[in-house]
Amino acid sequence: MTITTPPAGPPRIRQPRPHRLRTKVRDVGVMTRRNIVHIRREPLQLSDVTIQPALFTLLFVYILGAGVVLPSGGTYVDFAIAGMLAMNLVTSSMGTAVGLSTDLNTGVIDRFRTLPMWRPAVLVGRSVTDLLTSFVCAAIVAVTALAIGWRPDAGIGQVLGGFAVMLLFGYALSWGCGCLGLVSKGPESAQGVGLVILFPAAIVSNAFVPTQHMPTVMRVFANWNPISAVTSACRQLWGSPNPSAAVQTWPMQHALASSLLWSIALLAVFAPLAVHLFRRRTEN
Amino acid sequence: MIEVEGLTKHFGATVALAGVDFEVPRGAILGLLGPNGAGKTTALRIITTLTMPDAGRARVAGFDVVRDAAAVRRNIGVAAQDATLDETLTGRQNLVMVARLSGLTRGGARARAAELLEQFELVDATDRVLKQYSGGMRRRLDVAASLVARPPVLFFDEPTTGLDPTSRARVWEIIRGLVGEGATVLLTTQYLDEADELADRIVVVNHGRVIADGTSAELKAQTGEARLEVTLSAPHPEATVALAPFVLGDIQVSHDGRRLRGRVRSDDGLATTVVRALDGARVTVDDVIVHRASLDDVFFALTGQARSGADETAGDPTTGDDLP
Repeated sequence: MTITTPPAGPPRIRQPRPHRLRTKVRDVGVMTRRNIVHIRREPLQLSDVTIQPALFTLLFVYILGAGVVLPSGGTYVDFAIAGMLAMNLVTSSMGTAVGLSTDLNTGVIDRFRTLPMWRPAVLVGRSVTDLLTSFVCAAIVAVTALAIGWRPDAGIGQVLGGFAVMLLFGYALSWGCGCLGLVSKGPESAQGVGLVILFPAAIVSNAFVPTQHMPTVMRVFANWNPISAVTSACRQLWGSPNPSAAVQTWPMQHALASSLLWSIALLAVFAPLAVHLFRRRTEN
Repeated sequence: MIEVEGLTKHFGATVALAGVDFEVPRGAILGLLGPNGAGKTTALRIITTLTMPDAGRARVAGFDVVRDAAAVRRNIGVAAQDATLDETLTGRQNLVMVARLSGLTRGGARARAAELLEQFELVDATDRVLKQYSGGMRRRLDVAASLVARPPVLFFDEPTTGLDPTSRARVWEIIRGLVGEGATVLLTTQYLDEADELADRIVVVNHGRVIADGTSAELKAQTGEARLEVTLSAPHPEATVALAPFVLGDIQVSHDGRRLRGRVRSDDGLATTVVRALDGARVTVDDVIVHRASLDDVFFALTGQARSGADETAGDPTTGDDLP
């Protein structure tokens, strides 16, 4: 039950009430709205999901595409878009680390902590916001790709399925980034550490070039890299050129299954860890 | 309504609280007074569930701040010292957010926000983002945010620091109004006149310990001293002799020999006794003033240190005249 307005007159002592699902959803909604107001006021903080995806997609397709010859045939643009989507979603998941770290380092967190709200809403609201911005990011990659000649060779259901696989992975990864934001000292260090981990991980994968000609160590890493798994799954669903299909490792042979397993595993590890870290960080 | 027992807190090697006890009955205002770094804010943070105590316990509205923190949060409103509102949101958005998170419906939250913005004279700034608020406006919005759910227990950490006299009087009036409705208030302050003006009881902390606890009058009586100032019709050699039995320490005499001053014990009927003694020595008196100890004197005597920003408080108007 929610109260419409607080009762006037002598204030009475209120008994504790457990948080029901409805109040949890409400608090997550309030936090999400707050984050969206922030974005509306400073739209440039969204550049990593608006300008960057368009720019990177154009740059990579025209620069790398000029030199890469695919062993499986097909055009580079059809091959590359899944990788572009993966890279942009992976790097934008860092927004969660930055956003959470910013929240924890301002006085407003103390206000939240004295309110009878469901506290993890700060965390969940952040991840919901990041999921929404991921949709923007994916849409911009798609529009840019279509403009430069990307034509998926699959039905609409499969195309959307490819996006869903990617967005799920990005969402799962944002919980990992959330953990990073929760243990880092400030937004700058969260961003710095996130970039050092995620950018190489995105490069050493099948996202930009086929893995076949990479040096051994890189190749092994790339073929087991979850980013390769989601990219490969997406290419499969879109009917895009997918040289990784020829790679004899379990994740590359079962791209869809392994990408879903990775997403579930990341969520299973990082979501509870983030809640734990958040509680620890805000309880003392 | 608020019970604090043996509260202890260390930050590394620094002792913030070394065993603090006090109690605030329902419907009372307690002023927590002390110099910077005395432990006021730490005590407040523990009682409002923001910080865990190392030892001791605190109860608010009957709920333990550690074990029943969630229940405590349903009963408190807090205006902390540093801005705890969202800089990027407008005044209205901030209040609506706090109201929603306190359990009000969407419509209820909007209505309550509008009501508070009016009460705190922030209507003109309703849709401005906080970044554009002045310090005083932020302070008022912070206090307003603590009242959103009309909680029975309120905590204000230096509620009028940085406010102009008008806003200050306004905040005082609002706090009194809340207590009039039955709320219980704990406020920290550096301003002695604020404590004097608002608080039913004052707890003075220093170095993490309670060094005095009582009403303003009790604390003033505790030092037991007053200042006596006598103005004679004409200088008289017997005057100092007649006053000597009452005065502790030296008697100060002005250039023209007409004004005499000294510290005295704050006994009943002091002025009468002084006039009789002077009359007995055939000294004619124009004026006798007994200055009871101000809270400033008490504070100084208790903490043994001058406060920062002493000019803010009602100073003693008689100091700094023609006496040597």
